[in-house]
Amino acid sequence: MLSRVANSIYWLGRYLERAENYARFIDVNFNLMQDLPIDLKEQWHPLIAATGDLDLYEKKCKGYERNEVLFFLGFDAENPNSMLSTIKNARENARIIRENLNKETWEKANELYYMMQDGLEKKVWKKEDPRPFFEKVKNQILLIYGIADSSVARVEGWYFRQLGQYLERADKTSRILDVKYHILLPSDQQVGTPLDFLHWMALLKSVTAFNTYRRLYGNIESANVVEFLVLNKYFPRSIYYCIKEAEKCLHNISGNLGGGYMNSSEKAIGELRSKLEFAEVGEIIGFGLHEYLDNLQLKINAISNNVDANFFRIRDNHTHQNQTQTQS
Amino acid sequence: MKTDGYNAGEHYDEMISEDGKIRDHYDEFYSHLKKTSSRKMNHLQHSANQTQRSMGMTFNVYHDNQGMEKILHLDIIPRIIPNSEWQKLEAGLKQRTQALNMFLQDIYNERKILNDGIVPSELILKSKDYLEPCIGLTPPKGIWCHITGTDLVKAKDGEYYILEDNLRCPSGVSYMLESREIIKRVYPDIFNQKGVMPVSNYPTKLLKMLQNLSDKPKPVVGVLTPGIYNSAYYEHSYLALQMGVELVNGEDLIVENKRVYMQTTKGLQQIDVLYRRIDDTFLDPETFNPKSMLGVPGLFEAYKAGNIALANAPGTGVADDKAVYAYVPKIIKYYLDEEPILNNVPTYLCREKEDRQYVLDNIEDLVVKETNAAGGYGMLIGPKATPEEHTKFRELVKSNPTNYIAQPTLSLSTVPTLTDEGISGRHVDLRPYILYGQEIEVIPGALTRVALKKGSLVVNSSQGGGSKDTWVLY
Repeated sequence: MLSRVANSIYWLGRYLERAENYARFIDVNFNLMQDLPIDLKEQWHPLIAATGDLDLYEKKCKGYERNEVLFFLGFDAENPNSMLSTIKNARENARIIRENLNKETWEKANELYYMMQDGLEKKVWKKEDPRPFFEKVKNQILLIYGIADSSVARVEGWYFRQLGQYLERADKTSRILDVKYHILLPSDQQVGTPLDFLHWMALLKSVTAFNTYRRLYGNIESANVVEFLVLNKYFPRSIYYCIKEAEKCLHNISGNLGGGYMNSSEKAIGELRSKLEFAEVGEIIGFGLHEYLDNLQLKINAISNNVDANFFRIRDNHTHQNQTQTQS
Repeated sequence: MKTDGYNAGEHYDEMISEDGKIRDHYDEFYSHLKKTSSRKMNHLQHSANQTQRSMGMTFNVYHDNQGMEKILHLDIIPRIIPNSEWQKLEAGLKQRTQALNMFLQDIYNERKILNDGIVPSELILKSKDYLEPCIGLTPPKGIWCHITGTDLVKAKDGEYYILEDNLRCPSGVSYMLESREIIKRVYPDIFNQKGVMPVSNYPTKLLKMLQNLSDKPKPVVGVLTPGIYNSAYYEHSYLALQMGVELVNGEDLIVENKRVYMQTTKGLQQIDVLYRRIDDTFLDPETFNPKSMLGVPGLFEAYKAGNIALANAPGTGVADDKAVYAYVPKIIKYYLDEEPILNNVPTYLCREKEDRQYVLDNIEDLVVKETNAAGGYGMLIGPKATPEEHTKFRELVKSNPTNYIAQPTLSLSTVPTLTDEGISGRHVDLRPYILYGQEIEVIPGALTRVALKKGSLVVNSSQGGGSKDTWVLY
């Protein structure tokens, strides 16, 4: 597969996942607002903080008024991570590699783009209840996954998209968990109160994890939620699961069947996976959840950089090899 | 749909004759049209537009600040060509393609036709499209113009006239293919009744033709595109997808030891045939335009060494120049010893003194064209232009005569078209596609471009033209 094409497929996977997660964030925060006592409503600040774009937001906007936040996360072309931007980028990547996608996948990605343009024109963020729109966008993205799942051959391109998707999801799950760190409770004493409980519940719902969690743990307790979303071996949005799947993708791409590692991406991801595999939730909380998650995000970035060097910058490697050959 | 008021007017209409009779080959379609409500027609048109949008059938318009991508309007009323007419077109296009290919081989090698004084030497040798690096070269299998998209029009006398031989990677074939898929859904019944020749196997034929250019048993083929900002990018990716080959940019390719390689996630992989959609002089900055960022350094050396085949071969542009066009009937006669089957439009070469004087005297009645401009730019339509424009073009012709030719204004035929005021005749041209592989083959279909503005003769997509599905009947 052409390096340039692999690169575009990888980012297609990442951008779609990012857009889908933003749609989830918005939906859940909306729900949460409705359950909160009057004086605590409109807590949009934590959401922006979790996306990592707080600096940009504060440069552009004063205050955290709902419409402004929704515009920033959903439709702001100046925010490179807004849904509008990521979906535009996803489509642009799909357009670059259209010959590698099947017709349906391309058409749905194209429609998704027009859906966002439509929302922009209709100023959806000003609507009393914009949720149906974000739900529609989320479903359109899920439709793309569904079509791909049942029609794309499991060859290199598939694994590059999955790789992008899982790395992105691992990052986003860590960020959504981090929202809890940024949400301010009125006082320390309120830990474990109904308000605290509401927050954790909303968080689980945002990753469609609520029912699965309930079945597994019953009561909602912070340590359990953290264990579930970071270390669970079977839930497809837990960080461990995402990293494990991403590792499989890398092995499929290189043809590594024997374990260990064949390139620096596999080494980096293998180390992270095994660390998560044997970690215990007590350690995480002892270390500090926010710090632990921050650290995780850095590691995921490092893996992405390795993937870039191993697969997408063949020309650089090649010129480099040539140079060493002439020198010796 | 109301069809009563429909008439040929002063032009040749392809559905209705001057005395108001429906031509045979439009019979069934006309009945269908009559019994379909205009509401239904508009609805069908609307859903065809929607389909185009979700397919992303876009082209990019240069010099346009508003949104890069545009959709080429597809009118749902087809243009129908009877088989007898098609047979003549087919024979004529094969003849022309064969002669032009022989011409190209000759002018880059023995130059017999120039030495015999049939075509003026300086017209060819001084042309900016005559590529010196190609002198003495014979491309793989001796084929220069693998893909041709000839432009024709039907005039008042009901005869076809060749307007232009497009020998340098003509575009539009994806519209022919995708429009057919859309229109099939619009008239499922008529397709069964009427017997329309299929075009859908074009990508298969194209791939076979490209593979034929290499001697390897399983050659690696790619489509070389300038990238997503090129106006025909949609087509490049569409054809690569349909053929199941790689779509490559210049930056994906690297030349080593006169061999061309693609950079893949698994290292370098050799490529044997390129269907290149990059202009000749941008192909290789080492041989041609040193500023080209699109090309591949060393590509031409690899081509000369026979390690990569290029379709179309570099250097074909010299033969589709509008001044060379005037000599094509003589070229056919010279190489094939046959009378041309298809008509040329009478052409006045402003480089010749007598012709030039005629053009200056009669500019109001003529169409004046730049010899190597495309897309309907740099053109004057005498009868529609203002006196100021006439004066301007007189000056242009006088100051740079070799750069201009002129032709009488042709009355382009009209075809019924769905407009705001119901069914109405609009002017069309015709671009069939010809593949030159083991033999020459004309695809039974075409891109019909239609001037959507009432009375307009400019069919170019960049200037408000639309398209129609073209049915060649069995």
